[in-house]
Amino acid sequence: MLKRFGVILFAVFFIVSMAGQGAASAQEKPTSDADYAKTRVSKTGTFKAAYTSDPETVPVNMLHTWKLKVETADGMPVKDAEITVEGTMPAHGHGMPTQPKVTKNYGDGTYLVEGMKFSMPGWWVMTFSIKAEGKTDSVTFNLQLK
Amino acid sequence: MPRVISLTFAFLFFLIAGLGSVSMADGDNDLQQIHQWSEEDKKVLRSLSLSSLPPLPSDPSNAYANNPKALALGKKLFFDKRFSANGKVSCATCHIPDYFFTDNLALAKGMATTTRRTMPLIGAAYQAWFFWDGRKDSLWSQAIGPIESAAEHGVTRSFCAHLIIDKYKSEYEDIFGSLPKINHRSCPPKASPGTGSPAALKLWNAMKSGDRDAVNRVYANIGKAFAAYVRRIVPSPAPFDRYVDAVLRNDPAAADKAVGRDAVEGLRLFIGKAKCTNCHIGPLFTNSGFHNVGLNNPKDKGREEGIDKVLSDEFNCLGKYSDAKPEECGELRFIDRNKSKYTGSFKTPTLRNVADRPPYMNAGQFKSLEEVLFFYKKSSSREVEHQELTTDELLKIVAFLKTLSGPLTPP
Repeated sequence: MLKRFGVILFAVFFIVSMAGQGAASAQEKPTSDADYAKTRVSKTGTFKAAYTSDPETVPVNMLHTWKLKVETADGMPVKDAEITVEGTMPAHGHGMPTQPKVTKNYGDGTYLVEGMKFSMPGWWVMTFSIKAEGKTDSVTFNLQLK
Repeated sequence: MPRVISLTFAFLFFLIAGLGSVSMADGDNDLQQIHQWSEEDKKVLRSLSLSSLPPLPSDPSNAYANNPKALALGKKLFFDKRFSANGKVSCATCHIPDYFFTDNLALAKGMATTTRRTMPLIGAAYQAWFFWDGRKDSLWSQAIGPIESAAEHGVTRSFCAHLIIDKYKSEYEDIFGSLPKINHRSCPPKASPGTGSPAALKLWNAMKSGDRDAVNRVYANIGKAFAAYVRRIVPSPAPFDRYVDAVLRNDPAAADKAVGRDAVEGLRLFIGKAKCTNCHIGPLFTNSGFHNVGLNNPKDKGREEGIDKVLSDEFNCLGKYSDAKPEECGELRFIDRNKSKYTGSFKTPTLRNVADRPPYMNAGQFKSLEEVLFFYKKSSSREVEHQELTTDELLKIVAFLKTLSGPLTPP
């Protein structure tokens, strides 16, 4: 009787723990420092992008701007990119309270992103879709805001 | 039988010993422990404290925001009941100074009963969007909205312009320059494009465009005077702020005097397990965002409808009556237009003085903070994460919320 109860208990525990893992894998938060770097290579390696924020520390709940520097994989500036911006909070299933846009191309591979606003602290994912020289790729930055 | 007795004795012994240790918790070391916060937590506490509140932000869309004469005029207008169809409604009818600039009704009542709760005005100057649905993007533009609402003041911008000419000419002109030369024929007091009445719109469209513009200008200036006054309604230090000050200077004895122990535990939950700071952040305890907390009122779509309204508003930051340069209208220029995301979403209100001003929520759905918290526990909204909290924990959060009340000293 006791043995049987143990089996049931184990089964329940197993199911619950699997369910927990399922939920976690849908919103896995990266942990390594590299994932939070301000310079990242695009998904399929076409571009390298780096951002700077003004103010330097990315603020919460404040409208601010970013500059995005885009290079080819071998370090040449990408001067005529079409870039779209999207920010999400995977753990909460929502995005930014604004729709940021690239509003200026400085002509040297640097782009001004206006309308940046993060509504709460926590883990955010910024995705820049970059289209240039007939190629399209996306760069993702992770942020842990305080 | 003897075994039962000895077990009972053992139980009583532990019970008494346990009580003893509780009553001895007042020692210095224990105080230190009760009010111990990690460095990470202290950063959060500091960010919530009033000492982190920046100076009043500028409002580029209102050139008179910091004009003392505009403030004085705005204050008079705020309490002037002549700006209503029945002569009985002023801004202060719903924004009662003695009730922390809101009222105690579930639904605001001016000329008639409206569909939403009166919003608190405390710290409004720090907000990006106004009204529950954010259909306005400045305090001055917000302030003139209710004037033309049939259920609130029930008058028109033309009526207001005539009233200013009749009753406030010198004060107005001292601030804003010459009033327009209009009379009841060139500008019928019932003329308006903003009341929703076809008759009012017809009268308005029959006016000369120069007169329409002049009346709009006076109307906007009335709003700018209101805003010069209302923006000075700011919170003052509450027990919570004194608590944070004490914690940050490592003074557990002062911390212990500032707020009750339940409130301290409530605060730990608020910034921790209960995740209240997902939305209620900063010294005003709001992210000025829009969230659907699961109230499920299909009749009120909230922010979903507010987006188009603010974009098409002639009194918005980019409009001709705004004093801002387009580049100063960032919130409006980069507004999130994804309407379907915001169905049933309402603005996160400030929690400053929250315990002093029930009822709560966008339609006054709850009479007490306890009711709000118990609702959050059962809400199925993805934006609310309070499901795992116990009743005891919810009540501790309420105890904490009560520490956010400081005296209000309006200008």
